[in-house]
Amino acid sequence: MLTYKTSGVFNLAFGAQAYISAAMYFKAHSLWGWPKWAALVVSAFVLAPLLGLVLERLIFRHLRTASAVSKLVIAIGLSVALPELFNQAARFTAVAGRQISGIVPDGAGVFYDPFGVYRFNRDELAMMAVALAASLLLAALFRFTMIGLAMRAVVESPRMTELSGISADRTSAFAWALSSTFAGLAGVLIAPRFNSLIPTEFFTLVVIAVAAAAVGKLVSLPRALLGGLGLGWFIAVFNTFLPRWSGDHTWLRPLQENLTPSLPFVVLFGILVLWRAIGRQTEASDPLAGVDPPPPALAAHQRHPKLTLFTRLFGVCFVTVVGLVVWFRADVLWMHLVTTAVIMSVIYLSVTVITGMAGQISLCQGTFGAIGGFMVFQMADRFDMSVLAAALMGAVAAAAVGAVLSLPVLRLGGVWLAIATLAFAFFFDAVMVKFSWVGGGSTALLTGTRVPRPLLGPIDFASDRAFLVLAVIVLVVVSVVVIQLRDGTIGRTLAALRGSEVAAASIGISAARARIVAFAVSAAIAGLGGALLSMHHQNVNYSVNFGPINALFWLVVVVALGARTVEGAIQGGAAFALFEPLILQGELLAWILRGEDHLPGFFPIAGSWRLVLFGLMAMQFARHPEGLVEYGKRRASARISRWLEAREERQAAVA
Amino acid sequence: MSTPILELRDVEAGYGPFRALFGVSLEVGHGEAVALVGANGAGKTTLARAASGLLTPTAGTVLVDGAEVGRGGPSAWRFVRAGVVHAPEGRSVLASLTVEENLALSFHRAFGRSGLAGALERAYELFPRLGERRTQVAGTLSGGEQRMLSLGRVLVESPRLLIADELSLGLAPMVVDQVFETLSQIRGAGTALLIVEQQVGHALELCDRAAVLEHGLITWQGPTSEAGAVLESRLFETATTELK
Ligand SMILES: Nc1ncnc2c1ncn2[C@@H]1O[C@H](COP(=O)(O)OP(=O)(O)OP(=O)(O)O)[C@@H](O)[C@H]1O
Ligand SMILES: [Mg+2]
Repeated sequence: MLTYKTSGVFNLAFGAQAYISAAMYFKAHSLWGWPKWAALVVSAFVLAPLLGLVLERLIFRHLRTASAVSKLVIAIGLSVALPELFNQAARFTAVAGRQISGIVPDGAGVFYDPFGVYRFNRDELAMMAVALAASLLLAALFRFTMIGLAMRAVVESPRMTELSGISADRTSAFAWALSSTFAGLAGVLIAPRFNSLIPTEFFTLVVIAVAAAAVGKLVSLPRALLGGLGLGWFIAVFNTFLPRWSGDHTWLRPLQENLTPSLPFVVLFGILVLWRAIGRQTEASDPLAGVDPPPPALAAHQRHPKLTLFTRLFGVCFVTVVGLVVWFRADVLWMHLVTTAVIMSVIYLSVTVITGMAGQISLCQGTFGAIGGFMVFQMADRFDMSVLAAALMGAVAAAAVGAVLSLPVLRLGGVWLAIATLAFAFFFDAVMVKFSWVGGGSTALLTGTRVPRPLLGPIDFASDRAFLVLAVIVLVVVSVVVIQLRDGTIGRTLAALRGSEVAAASIGISAARARIVAFAVSAAIAGLGGALLSMHHQNVNYSVNFGPINALFWLVVVVALGARTVEGAIQGGAAFALFEPLILQGELLAWILRGEDHLPGFFPIAGSWRLVLFGLMAMQFARHPEGLVEYGKRRASARISRWLEAREERQAAVA
Repeated sequence: MSTPILELRDVEAGYGPFRALFGVSLEVGHGEAVALVGANGAGKTTLARAASGLLTPTAGTVLVDGAEVGRGGPSAWRFVRAGVVHAPEGRSVLASLTVEENLALSFHRAFGRSGLAGALERAYELFPRLGERRTQVAGTLSGGEQRMLSLGRVLVESPRLLIADELSLGLAPMVVDQVFETLSQIRGAGTALLIVEQQVGHALELCDRAAVLEHGLITWQGPTSEAGAVLESRLFETATTELK
């Protein structure tokens, strides 16, 4: 319901924390048959603060001086990894289609109607009561106590706080335990409202929470709490009364059906875009930031020429061998997987453009992909248009949407940009997809959003092999475009902006144009990739392929593997499609060991470990913004370069 | 001689791969006042940071009352609890808190809940400007007012050792005089001082001892009475080498 900005981190992992407590409560109460109070104590007051402490100790303590954007990326990584980690550790499986019981007896069955307008059930009343009490408590804590003051100080400058004789570590540990407890409590309280217990539901919680914090960032903390409450009320009232009014006034109905589910996102987006002050607000900076060494410069690409030659040769050989093996040996399944990998690489290149080159975090790449996919579907379905032309149209449409979206959003920059794009993704998810001219409406529910494979003159790409070739061609073309962009004016402008916006502006570089171009190009690439993916699956499969949560995972994968290079995106695509079958199910090891029987007993490993692994890898973003694999490669190549040079010197000395 | 309140032994420190201090040893005894002088970029600020726990030395030790403070990691707050207080250079205030909250954060620890109001009073007496602006957010104060705030925080507290970096920078001459007067008062009350100051004349007047830092090394230490001559000759030397 409410979030409490106690830790200075835009904690997108909030939803994950809420989920864990709710799941723990469910498990303890409904599966183990514990009494409600015991389950509540364990889940919200023991597990949640512990989780907060662990996160603080292991991760966020080391990030206190990191930039807000890298904290955000890490929180996203966490929100991908944490729920799965919990599910694996506690052997918990997501529950769907079942009434989750709340903390008060018979919560969903007993109703009260104090104002004669709406019948609250007990769960809802309990939720509101706790939220109100919690808000008051926190407001008092922040206003009147020393620890509250210290928490605010630590957010701004841990070092200044330490110079006042207060341990920043202890303060922030306390803050984390506190905020985690509230997240857990919120999770347990809100669970009855969903008819299921899956992590994604809880992620929408985050958006509301962030909206409240957005209001709070501008004004004071107590007012943030009020803002949260007000927002909650506003949404609740809307949800309650619109359906009723629209019963009497039919003209309200379409508004109600489309607006209600997306209200929080619309409100958040509106706040972010319309409230001018947010864009202007600069983050209060630590006056003692000078104590830190400057962030490590990205290693310059100065490889030994021999090494470059060698890696290129190796790359060509590797691709040829893999290509031949796939071409001649692969069965249908593997062909499918490899094609997916190639297409995902195309989509990930869009992340390379926006995140790697422009340094912006966009969380609506899935939406752009979906625009591409739906465009192909609509054009082929209604007008029998050529699929390839439709795919290009999809890319153009996505670019247009991206450009229009970027106008209000880019002004925000940094964290707010990420959150606004996230709100947009959810808005698209909740509203646009339902329209028949986008997602196919009710017919799509029955028949699916079917997409044919393309046909180009005499060549029919219906066969998997031909389609793979097409995908590879597109990947090569897009890669070339991306490289051109990076080495051209736009790319250099973006690189300069990434360094320092103020400095770049002072030498006459305009931020806006380059960024809009980057946003549009990135959207176009995502749209093209989305169209290809839909053709590949012969179905748009919106929720599986392009849902807002997927886009989070995309970002995490690319950031983990290398967001700066084309190589990184391709590795990301390969990892996305092939990691699970190859590594986790032990196919590769089986091939090395010659036979499935030699596999150790713990194979196959469950697929969700993939989420955990990449989520944790993204955590390195603060230290290695170029990506972990990229970092490893650079280190290795630097070492080999040095070795080669030393050898040459020795030879020169001998001669 | 009793154990010094602060002792640096062969301290090396730096920023990432960059080293700014190369084996510095320095002592500050009880109630003693030491002036640290040196050219821009000599490493004075770095030394002050290492001496107050903001920066962890890469080699050597920092001892307070003859013992190491805490183990590993930056733990400036432990230094503060041990009585070593640092007023960093520049606009070192918590910009999003009000003037009063900035002060309260320190004073609450130093004087407890009961002493808080009295301490705030004294700070406002010292710098009436602060009293006028007590509910203003510190980030919107002028540069000089921010300096006053960060000095008010440490001067009222009269710690056992005060490390002050560039304390007069950005203050009007009148205020500077007043600050030095307060410094000599708290000195009289037993506070030891380690002062980094570009206005060398002022600093030498106040202190008993001076240390000259050059390129991360202490090249001269001695009573302030001799320091003037040394500094002059050194300045002359560098000037002539630069001419060549
Ligand atoms: N955060 C940092 N990262 C890298 N190098 C730094 C950092 N802070 C200071 N330095 C370098 O360390 C050296 C010593 O700096 P320091 O701030 O200690 O000098 P100083 O004696 O205080 O100079 P000034 O009189 O100008 O204040 C300088 O060469 C400076 O460039
Ligand atoms: Mg300095």
